[in-house]
Amino acid sequence: MGKTLFEKIWDTHLVVEKNDGPSLIYIDRHLIHEVTSPQAFDGLRINNRRVRRPDLTIATMDHNVPTNDRSLPILDQTSAIQIQALEKNCSDFGIQLFDISSPNQGIVHVIGPQLGITLPGTTIVCGDSHTSTHGAFGTLAFGIGTSEVEHVLASQTLWLDKPKPFEIKVEGKRKDTHAVTAKDIILSIIKKIGTAGGMGTVIEYRGDGISDLSMEQRMTICNMSIEAGARAGLIAPDEKTFDYLRGRKYTPKNYETLVDYWKENLKTDKDAKFEKNFILHIDNIAPQVSWGTNPGMTCDVTESIPSPEDFSKGDHNQKKGAEKALEYMDLKPGIPITEIKIDRVFIGSCTNARLEDLIEASRIIKGRKVSPHVRAMVVPGSQMVKKQAEELGIDKIFTNANFEWRESGCSMCLGMNPDILSPGERCASTSNRNFEGRQGTGGRTHLVSPVMAAAAAIEGHFVDVRKWM
Amino acid sequence: MQSFKKVKSVITSLDQVNVDTDQIVPKQFLKLVQKSGFGKFLFYDWRYDDKGNLKSDFVLNNEKYQNSKILVTGDNFGCGSSREHAVWALLDYGFSVIIATSFADIFYSNCFKNGLLPIVLNENQISKLHHETGLIEVDLENQIIKTSNEQITFDIELHKKKILLEGLDDIAQTLQYEKKISEFEKESKIPSVL
Repeated sequence: MGKTLFEKIWDTHLVVEKNDGPSLIYIDRHLIHEVTSPQAFDGLRINNRRVRRPDLTIATMDHNVPTNDRSLPILDQTSAIQIQALEKNCSDFGIQLFDISSPNQGIVHVIGPQLGITLPGTTIVCGDSHTSTHGAFGTLAFGIGTSEVEHVLASQTLWLDKPKPFEIKVEGKRKDTHAVTAKDIILSIIKKIGTAGGMGTVIEYRGDGISDLSMEQRMTICNMSIEAGARAGLIAPDEKTFDYLRGRKYTPKNYETLVDYWKENLKTDKDAKFEKNFILHIDNIAPQVSWGTNPGMTCDVTESIPSPEDFSKGDHNQKKGAEKALEYMDLKPGIPITEIKIDRVFIGSCTNARLEDLIEASRIIKGRKVSPHVRAMVVPGSQMVKKQAEELGIDKIFTNANFEWRESGCSMCLGMNPDILSPGERCASTSNRNFEGRQGTGGRTHLVSPVMAAAAAIEGHFVDVRKWM
Repeated sequence: MQSFKKVKSVITSLDQVNVDTDQIVPKQFLKLVQKSGFGKFLFYDWRYDDKGNLKSDFVLNNEKYQNSKILVTGDNFGCGSSREHAVWALLDYGFSVIIATSFADIFYSNCFKNGLLPIVLNENQISKLHHETGLIEVDLENQIIKTSNEQITFDIELHKKKILLEGLDDIAQTLQYEKKISEFEKESKIPSVL
C-alpha cells in the first residue's frame, strides 16, 4: 500500500522504531525563543550536557519583546531577564541568535521560511504550538514542551507516538480571493471539525483550494492546525514552494539537487490511506468572525450570534461552554455580527503578519481613516517584513490612516509584552486564539482575516469586506 | 524526575470542556526562568478578582478541596499553547492526577516529563466522579481508581506507566542510542543551517 506524505517524512526520520511505544525520530531544525527555553538550558547545565547540534539550532526573541522604539531599554524587568538569559544561553552553547537588534529578528515562524531555514521533507520543532506553520513547505513541524526542548538540545531527537494521517480536502474556487482569504478557509474548517477534531493526527491539506494559495496563505492554513487540535498540518511542496525558498539567506548550496529529490519523493501516493477525511467546499464561503472563546466558535460575517442551543447541537458540555463564552464576551444570541462594535484592531502574529497580509490590508485602508473611537496597530511579523513593507510605502498607508506602525514580535497575539487589551476592550484581531484573557485580562478577541480587521478599523464595527471590493 | 505510584485524596471537580493552557497559567506568569513557584498562578483569572482577592465561587477556593491532589475535568483539557508551565503550575499547586475525557496532545506528553498522571475515562465514569465527595485512591501500578463504592480500571501505555513509576530521566535513556543517532546523521541528506 502507498504512503502519505507525512508517513514518508516520518519513515525517513526514524532513528529507533519500536512497535510497543513511541519511536525515536531525528530533528533537522530546532528553533528556540526566550520563553520556553531557559529551563531547558538549566537542565543541560545541571546534568553537564552539551547541545549536540548547535548548527541545526537557531534562536530569536519574539514572545515578550516590546514593539516600540528598539533603542529604548526594556522596562519590564522580568522580560529583560528572560532576554538576557537567552543571550547568555546561546553564547554559552554556541547557538546562532537573531537578537532584538538583528535585521533577521522576528516571530520565529515568520523568519524560518524567510531565511530559508525551513525546508521541505524535514522535521522542525520549537517550544511553541504554532510551529505547525512550517508545514506549508511539506515539512513535519510541531510544537513541543520545555522538557522536549531540552531533549532535542541534548540528543537532536525526540520520542514520539506516531500520529494518524488526516486528509482535509479544500475544493472549489473562492468568489473574491481578496475578500475571502486563507484565514476564512481555516476558520471554516475549525468551525466544522471542532477544536479537538484533529487530535492525535497530522493533517494534510489537499485539493485545488489549497494549491491555488500562495506560500504565505498556505502558512496561515498550517499555522492554525493546532487550533483544530492536530499535532501538525502540512501541504505537499510544489513549484511555488521551491520558488519561494530559492536564493534565501540559508537556502542550502545543493538546493537544486534537493529539489529534484523532493519532487520525486514528497507527495502522497495515489493508493495511500488516511485514517480520517474531511472535505470543505469553498465556492460560497463568507468572511469569518469568531464570537466566542475558542476558534471553533466562529460564524459567517453575514450571520448573527448563535444561541448556545443551536451552537451545541444537543451536546450538553458544548452548550455550557457557549453560555460561558457569551457571558465572557458580553454578547447575546441574535445580535448580527456586523453590529458588534470594536475598540481595538491588531494586525499581526505568526498567522497573519507577513508581507502579503499587510499589502492586502493596506488596499482596504488606503485613503481612509481609522474610526475615531478605535485604536489600531500593525505589528509586522519580522524586521524583514517591516523593511519590505516600508520599501513599498505600505507603512505610510497605515500611518496616514492613523494605524500605529510598530516593530516586529508576537505582541498582542498573546500579550506578554506591553501590547495588551484593557479589561472589557473588544478587539478585531488577525491572530489565532480567542481564549479568555489571551490578549489581556478581561479582553475580548474576535479572530478575523487582515482585510476584515482593516475594514472593521475603518468602520468601528465588523463589516462584510466583500462589499468593499 | 519525581516518580508517581499511588495517591489518595478528595476530587476537585472542574466540569468544563476545552480548558486551555492560557487559563491554566496566564501569559503574564511565563516570564520566570525556573520551573518552580508556578502554583500560585494556577487558573489565576478564575481564582482571583481584579484586586487579587480569592473568588469564592471558584472550586479551587472552596476549603473542602484545599488538599486535593486529583482534578477531574472534561474534553480536550490542556489545549492551545505548548507551555509546559501549565504542568508545572498544576504540580506545584498540589495536583498529581488529572482525569478527563480527553487531553490535548502536547499537554499530554508534557505530563509524562514531569511526573503528572493524566487518566482518560469515558463520559459516564467522569460524570459519576464529579459527584464523588469522599476520598478516592488512584493506584498506577494496578491501574485502578477506588471510589467509595466502585473500582474503575484505566488504560495507560506500558512504557508511559514505567516512566512515571520509575521517574525515569528521558534524556539519559536516549543518549544510550548515541551510536544510532550518529549513524543516522552520517546518512542524512539535510545540510546544516549555517
